[in-house]
Amino acid sequence: MSEVARESRRAGRLTASPAIILLFLWMIVPLAMTLYFSTQNYVLLDPENRDFAGLENFTYFLKSSSFLHSLLVTLELVGSVLVITVVLGVLISVLVDAKFPGQGVVRLLLISPFFIMPTVSALVWKNLLMNPVSGLFAWLFQRVGLTPINWFSDWPLLSVVTIVSWEWLPFAILVFVTSLQSMDPEQKEAARMEGATAVAVFRYLTLPHLARPIAVVVMVEAIFLLNTFAEIFTTTSGGPGDATTNLPYLVFTQALLEFDVGTASAGGLVAVVLANGVAALLLRVFGKSLTQA
Amino acid sequence: MSDMKKRRRIAETVRAICSWLVALIIFFPIFWMMLTSFKTELGAFTMPPEFLFTPTLENYREIMERNDYLHFAWNSLVTSGGATLVGMLVAVPAAYSFAFHPTQRTQGILVWMLSTKMLPAVGVLVPIYLIARFTHLLDSRILLVIIFALANLPIMVWMLYTYFRDVPRDILEAARMDGATLTQEMYLVLLPVSRGGLASTALLSLILNWNEAFWSLNLTTTQAAPLSALVASFSSPQGLFWARLSAISTLACAPIILIGWASQRQLVRGLTFGAVK
Repeated sequence: MSEVARESRRAGRLTASPAIILLFLWMIVPLAMTLYFSTQNYVLLDPENRDFAGLENFTYFLKSSSFLHSLLVTLELVGSVLVITVVLGVLISVLVDAKFPGQGVVRLLLISPFFIMPTVSALVWKNLLMNPVSGLFAWLFQRVGLTPINWFSDWPLLSVVTIVSWEWLPFAILVFVTSLQSMDPEQKEAARMEGATAVAVFRYLTLPHLARPIAVVVMVEAIFLLNTFAEIFTTTSGGPGDATTNLPYLVFTQALLEFDVGTASAGGLVAVVLANGVAALLLRVFGKSLTQA
Repeated sequence: MSDMKKRRRIAETVRAICSWLVALIIFFPIFWMMLTSFKTELGAFTMPPEFLFTPTLENYREIMERNDYLHFAWNSLVTSGGATLVGMLVAVPAAYSFAFHPTQRTQGILVWMLSTKMLPAVGVLVPIYLIARFTHLLDSRILLVIIFALANLPIMVWMLYTYFRDVPRDILEAARMDGATLTQEMYLVLLPVSRGGLASTALLSLILNWNEAFWSLNLTTTQAAPLSALVASFSSPQGLFWARLSAISTLACAPIILIGWASQRQLVRGLTFGAVK
């Protein structure tokens, strides 16, 4: 090997290793600890009674009805938000992808909710908009002669889905609008000249062009949505009952409210497996459109 | 022909109106929050809602005095700024390595880094909480700095990598031929030509850290609690101060919205791991 190549290798290794080592530690050490704790009978409030539990924590966690329910809530939440943000995101981006007065301002307004911190979005929606007595929606409903809806007691999951969708729709719009700008306008023009309808242009030109951005949006959002926590923490605390308890929130209650380290760790590992399952599934479905650069 | 032109013009007008309408609806909650922050506590509850009222700065005065807003704002600034700094110090060399000294394993390592982002936070909540507890780092800013920096490291490395990839290799090689050391090569040659990419990466990290809520809520109480935790404290039934909540929220979100507006295009690149530019 030449001196230059050897030097390059050395420089490459030296500069990359801090990041690799740190990320490795950040991933492996806590995960190994979670794995270890998940086999222990370990409650922080009663640390003396600590012993090996085998798979007891897992069977306890997996058999409990709250686990199955939280799994369902997690999937419903992630699934609905994905569908809502992608469908509305595509429609809105296609709508605003034209020259009109104030086009730049419209774009800024559309992407703004993405920069609002989750606790703020959650509380602004819960208090100022969705409050059944003094919220703006209640007033709007009364104005058109309807009974105001008690959002968080009657439609808890729908309310959370609404808030989270409002946060992530701007992300989809931002990505789609950026991607549409790289589309060849002459191609569209030519198709219209040939007599193609607007629907046909959308179906055969725009949608294929957006396939890759859609795949990316679904992947990135799925990663973040599987971790939805703050919106639930600040609005419903998982309730009423366990109507809005998703997997992260369930693990949180077991770890930091009941201090049951063993069960919480087992639940955390289940969350890891679920996230990997979703990631593998998404890669299978969307992998092709991702690698076609 | 003029008939067609006319129809086209109408279609364009309808489209513009619809676009504005959709944008205003989506932005409305933010506008309403800002408006409420200038109402009195009583006015914030009034039915029908007040649209025209005498604005007051009372809430802003109140949160500075009673809620100790600046303490939480300082925590937000230190944790998100500190984590960005630490993250950049680690991410820049790594991205440099992947862009200019690639090996057969580079692509694999990049994908692995991305995959660490898929590890759900709850999967490591228990050990991180226990480690923090036993090292007496619970509710400390240094803990949040470490966690934020590590959590966003993959995104930062990826984003910087996509920028560095576009830098011509010749100028780095020329510097190396002239006898520049590794550090000189990075700091005197690479960084000045990729200032834009560095700034966007730092801004994205700043935004993500500032808005982070999972770790902030679970690992802090008062000492190190950032703004997202202060806002969350208004979720308790005692905290029904809507006008004050709105004022805190407005102050907490305004700087980030401005940063986001200024760097929207670059953010797409970072958040999609370079897949959409």
